[in-house]
Amino acid sequence: MSIQVHGLVKRYGPLTAVAGVSFEVAAGEIFGLTGPDGAGKSSLFRMLTTLMRPDEGGGKVVGFDMLDEFLEIRRRIGYMPDVFSLYEDLTVRENLNFFARVFGVRIEDNYHLIREVYEPLKPFEGRRAGHLSGGMKQKLALSCALIHQPQALFLDEPTTGVDAVSRKEFWDILYRIRARGVAILVATPYMDEAARCDRLALMQQGRLLTQGTPQALLESYPHHLYAIEVAQPWRWLELLRSHPKVHRAVLAGEVIHVSSLEPLDLTYMRQWLVDSGVTAANFYPVQPDIEDLFIALMDQKAHPTGL
Amino acid sequence: MNHNTATIAVRELTRKFGPFTAVDHISFDVYAGEVFGFLGANGAGKTTAIRILTGLLMPTSGQAQVAGFDVWRQPEQIKRHIGYMSQKFSLYQDLTPLENIRFFGGVYGLSLRTIRQKSEMLMERLGMQAVAHRLVGTLPLGWRQKLAFSLALLHEPRIVFLDEPTSGVDPLTRRTFWEMIRTEAAKGTTIFVTTHYMDEAEYCDRVSIMVRGHIAALDTPQALKVQFGAEHMEAVFLKLTRPSEL
Repeated sequence: MSIQVHGLVKRYGPLTAVAGVSFEVAAGEIFGLTGPDGAGKSSLFRMLTTLMRPDEGGGKVVGFDMLDEFLEIRRRIGYMPDVFSLYEDLTVRENLNFFARVFGVRIEDNYHLIREVYEPLKPFEGRRAGHLSGGMKQKLALSCALIHQPQALFLDEPTTGVDAVSRKEFWDILYRIRARGVAILVATPYMDEAARCDRLALMQQGRLLTQGTPQALLESYPHHLYAIEVAQPWRWLELLRSHPKVHRAVLAGEVIHVSSLEPLDLTYMRQWLVDSGVTAANFYPVQPDIEDLFIALMDQKAHPTGL
Repeated sequence: MNHNTATIAVRELTRKFGPFTAVDHISFDVYAGEVFGFLGANGAGKTTAIRILTGLLMPTSGQAQVAGFDVWRQPEQIKRHIGYMSQKFSLYQDLTPLENIRFFGGVYGLSLRTIRQKSEMLMERLGMQAVAHRLVGTLPLGWRQKLAFSLALLHEPRIVFLDEPTSGVDPLTRRTFWEMIRTEAAKGTTIFVTTHYMDEAEYCDRVSIMVRGHIAALDTPQALKVQFGAEHMEAVFLKLTRPSEL
């Protein structure tokens, strides 16, 4: 195991940001961490990268103890924090030089590790990092995190605020890094990205709600899920929620997702929809996605969002 | 949606920064009660266009009217007659809900009496009486979202601009937020919204997709999917922004 931690706790005064988190990541595995802002993802990253000591718990990162051997860990990991943390007043090339020298490597020796990420930046090598677009900053930050050939890569929301196309490109790059045997821990608020991980954990209020392969997680979905295809779906949510067998009704793109604690009779529900004035609707069972699972698990943990 | 009343009317709007044309002759109308999705890749010119339409930036050429006011001559009037909310900033976390209402009410020039009435009404409607004196930063995200949206509407604007209002939000809060948007639109308010979540494009009446300063497509989500032979809006977006890969 490249990362192996247990019972990690971090408190800030009265607030418990991380409330007992345990998981493992193997070499050559992408482990995803998904959850909303404030779930504790960044605090977890800062502990794993040894920038912050946990209040409780511990473990090993790339074979070294988080608490006693943090200098060894720092030499062997790459970290992309959730805010852009390169030198904005240095050029692209100067930033890369800086990180290479800090880690005692030569760019020429390790260039093959960053070629595909760094190549699009080549025409802009003389530009100050602060003047790059969001997508280019992201590529530079990843290049700087990779130049010393880390055994584990910690990416804290690398694609937040990045458009759907650039996100897809970023993931293609992650797959190629994984193929070199690097352990990758990646946090993302986009749950469609979560499904691209080898394994993932859903995080909420400092705790992991669940973890496993995306497929195993989806198979663990605790309710029965149906979709309703209807024009202007938002108009029918209140009606659906009034039905005693409907546990939850939420918008889900072009359809409504309806969950229930026990299986629903399709013929009966279709008739009920017609009788209730929802004509031209299509009602059918549907496979849950990661967001459906997240919502179901939030329910079970008595989610206090005020909704 | 009332197609007779364009609350935003844009004609050949252009903005250059030196040799770079960020917004390149874009034209569109947005109607009263419409939820208008304003999508595009990073760097496509969305932010520049929004800054012009909210009266924060002058165009280089072209015309735009927002809530009946001209972006060239009446940017201050525009600012007064629109609402604005983004996920990055919309509430002071170290003020209470009541203090936030008083602050934003004051900024928009509402009388103290109106602010007091609105405060009571809002706290009751949002079910927040019990937390009216707690710091906003300590409240659950769902409440903060509802409060932020209500504050953007405090001065009863005809148009509200929502700039990535749901980024970083859990899936339940995100979907509930869209219900609030649809409810507000049903009252006749124009909603101009940006998002990186492609499923949210489905909740818009019409969607425009900006590519390199141009509006590359503009229609209902349904019509766009048909036009581009795509099952989901994500595929429409990919085809428009990276046509070479498909």
